[in-house]
Amino acid sequence: MATVASPEAARRVQRLERVWRERPGLLGWLTTCDHKRIGILYLFTSLAFFAAGGVEALLVRTQLIRPDNGLLGPEKFDQMMTTHGVTMIFLFVIPISIGAFGNYLVPLMIGSRDMAFPRMNALSYWLFLASGIFIYTGLFLGHGPNAGWFDYVPLGSKQYDPGPNVDFYALGLIFNGVSSTAAAINFIVTIFKLRAPGMSLNRMPLFCYAFLAVSFALIFALPPLNVALGFLELDRRLGFHFFDVAHGGDALMWQHLFWIFGHPEVYIIILPAFGIATSIIPTFTRRKMVAFPLVALAEILVAFIGFGVWVHHMFATGLSSITLVYFAAASLIIVVPSGIQLFAWITTLNTGRPEFKTPLLFICGFIIFFLLGGLSGVMFAAIPFDQQLTDTYFVVAHFHFVIFGAAVFPILGGLYYWFPKVTGRMYHERTGQLSFWLAFTGTALTFFPMHIVGLLGMPRRVYTYPGGMGWSDYNLLESIGAYVLASGLFLIVANLLVSAFRGVRVGPDPWGGATLEWATSSPPPDYNFPVIPKVTSAYAMWDREDREEDARKLTRGDLVLERGHETPASTVLDADWDEILEMPSDSPWPITLAAAAAGVFAFLLLGHWLVAGVFGGLCLAVLAAWHRQEPQLA
Amino acid sequence: MAGRLRLLVPIVCSTAFAGCGGGQSPLSPKSKPAHDISTLWWWMLAVASVVFLGAVFMITIAWLRRKREGLPYLGRRENVANGLVVVFGLLVPVAVLGVVFVIANLVVTKDTDAPAAGSTAMSIHVIGHQWFWEVRYQGTPAVTANEIHIPVRTRVDVAVNTADVIHSFWVPELNRKIDMIPGQTGRILLYADRPGQYRGQCAEFCGVQHAHMAMKVIAEPAATFRGWLANQSRPARAPTTPAQRLGRQTFLTTACSDCHTLRGTAARGVIGPDLTHLMSRSTLAALTIPNRPDELARWILDPQHVKPGNKMPGLKLDAAETRNLVDFLESLK
Ligand code: HEC
Ligand SMILES: [Cu+2]
Repeated sequence: MATVASPEAARRVQRLERVWRERPGLLGWLTTCDHKRIGILYLFTSLAFFAAGGVEALLVRTQLIRPDNGLLGPEKFDQMMTTHGVTMIFLFVIPISIGAFGNYLVPLMIGSRDMAFPRMNALSYWLFLASGIFIYTGLFLGHGPNAGWFDYVPLGSKQYDPGPNVDFYALGLIFNGVSSTAAAINFIVTIFKLRAPGMSLNRMPLFCYAFLAVSFALIFALPPLNVALGFLELDRRLGFHFFDVAHGGDALMWQHLFWIFGHPEVYIIILPAFGIATSIIPTFTRRKMVAFPLVALAEILVAFIGFGVWVHHMFATGLSSITLVYFAAASLIIVVPSGIQLFAWITTLNTGRPEFKTPLLFICGFIIFFLLGGLSGVMFAAIPFDQQLTDTYFVVAHFHFVIFGAAVFPILGGLYYWFPKVTGRMYHERTGQLSFWLAFTGTALTFFPMHIVGLLGMPRRVYTYPGGMGWSDYNLLESIGAYVLASGLFLIVANLLVSAFRGVRVGPDPWGGATLEWATSSPPPDYNFPVIPKVTSAYAMWDREDREEDARKLTRGDLVLERGHETPASTVLDADWDEILEMPSDSPWPITLAAAAAGVFAFLLLGHWLVAGVFGGLCLAVLAAWHRQEPQLA
Repeated sequence: MAGRLRLLVPIVCSTAFAGCGGGQSPLSPKSKPAHDISTLWWWMLAVASVVFLGAVFMITIAWLRRKREGLPYLGRRENVANGLVVVFGLLVPVAVLGVVFVIANLVVTKDTDAPAAGSTAMSIHVIGHQWFWEVRYQGTPAVTANEIHIPVRTRVDVAVNTADVIHSFWVPELNRKIDMIPGQTGRILLYADRPGQYRGQCAEFCGVQHAHMAMKVIAEPAATFRGWLANQSRPARAPTTPAQRLGRQTFLTTACSDCHTLRGTAARGVIGPDLTHLMSRSTLAALTIPNRPDELARWILDPQHVKPGNKMPGLKLDAAETRNLVDFLESLK
């Protein structure tokens, strides 16, 4: 709300500015608890890890460019391939979608001034950063994770992997999991309690449904992973025998625990992408989503059923056929909610008047790739086909279309879509479209031929392959594709970086978007909204009178809350006015706690139990200090 | 219907994939289980293509009609749009998925199940090692590695185990894969319609040399197979020339015998492959190099160069020792 109507309004805004002002300079960034700044920190950090994971992917693809290539030896290759997977999943896709998009946008979309627990939010970020540095320290010391991202035992056990590689992996992921768990809890409370008055659950944007579903999924999916990683470390470091068959342990238990986490994880990765798609499509087709309630229900169902399909990763392990049939059925059932969403997107495109700007192009790419990945996914619910093609390049093709094509394309489209909101400037449209076509062609060229080499019998995770198998030409094509894709991604980054300084300035709502983030100026002020908006439909920005009423309220001083560092809380279902929450401002404790936690993990890795304990004590002390300093009235 | 499909398969196969027929392609099946899986694939591909092209068609329509609101013919009634989502997003998928489920998971899967007890003519025991395959013929003393001979058109029961980490036994032209997991025994059927060689490869990541853990199944007429098995069951041949005798001496007195078995001698090592009839194999180190005298010498002198990270160390042998050793190994027919 750039134009302020009256002197009273101006005074109120001034007061809000003063109360919510962020500390300037580096110290401000280190101690910030503002969800937008944390979102931006998440964005740059996860993009840095994306670049690292991308370089690893290029090295892998260059090694495989021709048969019997000698660029990377097998040990280096295994580290690159494993770290690529770990990075892309734990240090890129999840942090960028949940940490960057979720943090920046969810409070804006629900008309709140921050996340429910701003300091915990900062803690999530610093823990994530520290865990990423932790894992990469291993790689730079030449001991990167090397047993594949799902680290099957006994290959990942001390006996067969005696170096610290797997310890960097296991401890790093436990560390990372703390961050994700904190973030998930924060999103659940934020979405349930901080919605603007009137935004009952049925008026909540589908984007927020996706994040709600993801957060619940994370909370239930991470414990089995942490248990598995904990067992693994006990086995490796203290001589326990959880997975050691020779002493009554069970190697297959690792696979169960891992995939009970790992399959929901796939939906955790893709649901935010669905949320982004359901934000971009209505904006660029100028119409509401077709079948809104079905789509909302489907998003929740996907997250839920996702917990019942893990065994389809284990169809070749020789489990009883009744088990296989049950999990195959569940794996087919989960296709249905995805089918509903897919068709809802396509029908919305068809019934609206789509304007194919860059963000929508990326969503079209997403729909096509999601279809490809989804259709090959259905095939893996056919038990004999799965048993034939699992662990071949066909799987690599399948999950890259899902995780890269379907999960990352909306993220790229989302970067373009919300760029004007975050920077107040517009990206360059022609370059944007060119970058889409490069990325689209690159993705298709890299991953499509993998179906074929898989069907020709090429196993995955091989550092090299013999000539004369009919695989070589396809591999060459894939490697070329990887470079085309990289150039597309590079162009996106260049476009956004240049536009951040040179782009045309834009107002609050350059697209005519439907959700509340477009109600406030670009970039949004520290307090997000001068007036807490009142909501009467799921497309709040398209209700013109409501928004005009907001402006009048500013003059009246209704729902401005300029007296304190405050945001309103509302009831869970109907979002009726509940109470006013005093929000904490910047705090030094989150980053301190993360540093202390990093100390714990570093010394656990080194096996200095005592020092690790001391750092654990330090964590408790920091928590106590944190607790004593409750938010003050400004 | 299946008969018609069987005709269709090679046609589609040869036009779509130039690589068909060579190597280890699941799309060039040489047995009923592999055949049924590939038929299943072609059907699923057909259905998936219809769905995919349908969706791409609709996106194209959206692009062509980007200036006009509503659907062609159906207009912009909201309940029609919602109805379309229910029909094509919910009902049609449920029907299609139901059919896939019944055919794949109740019918085809029967062919690829572990063979019923007593339904097979013979049993082989395959043990995965980092990074080679140990092969034992049950009821005989025969032990070999990486090259599995079976009689053609005979149902062979394969029981699989691992000596270390998880591997996966996979000969795609003959059947699906089965994992080799510590503490459990997997079982799978091997059957070949025609004599020939069928390549297979480890299909579960098992460490640095996972890429060089290949094998082949050699299906041959019953009489040939019986001759081969009889030879494999005999102890190692005695050396006949002085050079061979010296070579054997070297083998038995150096570390070779700690890791390798030569049946009928004091060499009883179990870390590496059984070398009793090394010369009956056409490749070395799990199909990494051909079994020729020069390659054999190269392997013995520097196995870490040929297959980096494998479990055989290079031993310090001088030129004469190596020559004699190769001479001896070349006599192990
Ligand atoms: C420490 C144990 C060890 C020692 C000592 C050892 N080998 Fe090996 N050898 C192996 C292993 C393990 C393999 C399988 C390598 C692979 O394919 O990954 C092997 C493979 C071979 C092969 C190839 C067999 C085949 O069918 O592929 C030959 C031949 C061989 N060794 C000969 C020798 C000779 C001769 C010596 C003594 C100079 C020797 N080995 C010493 C462990 C050993
Ligand atoms: Cu293996």
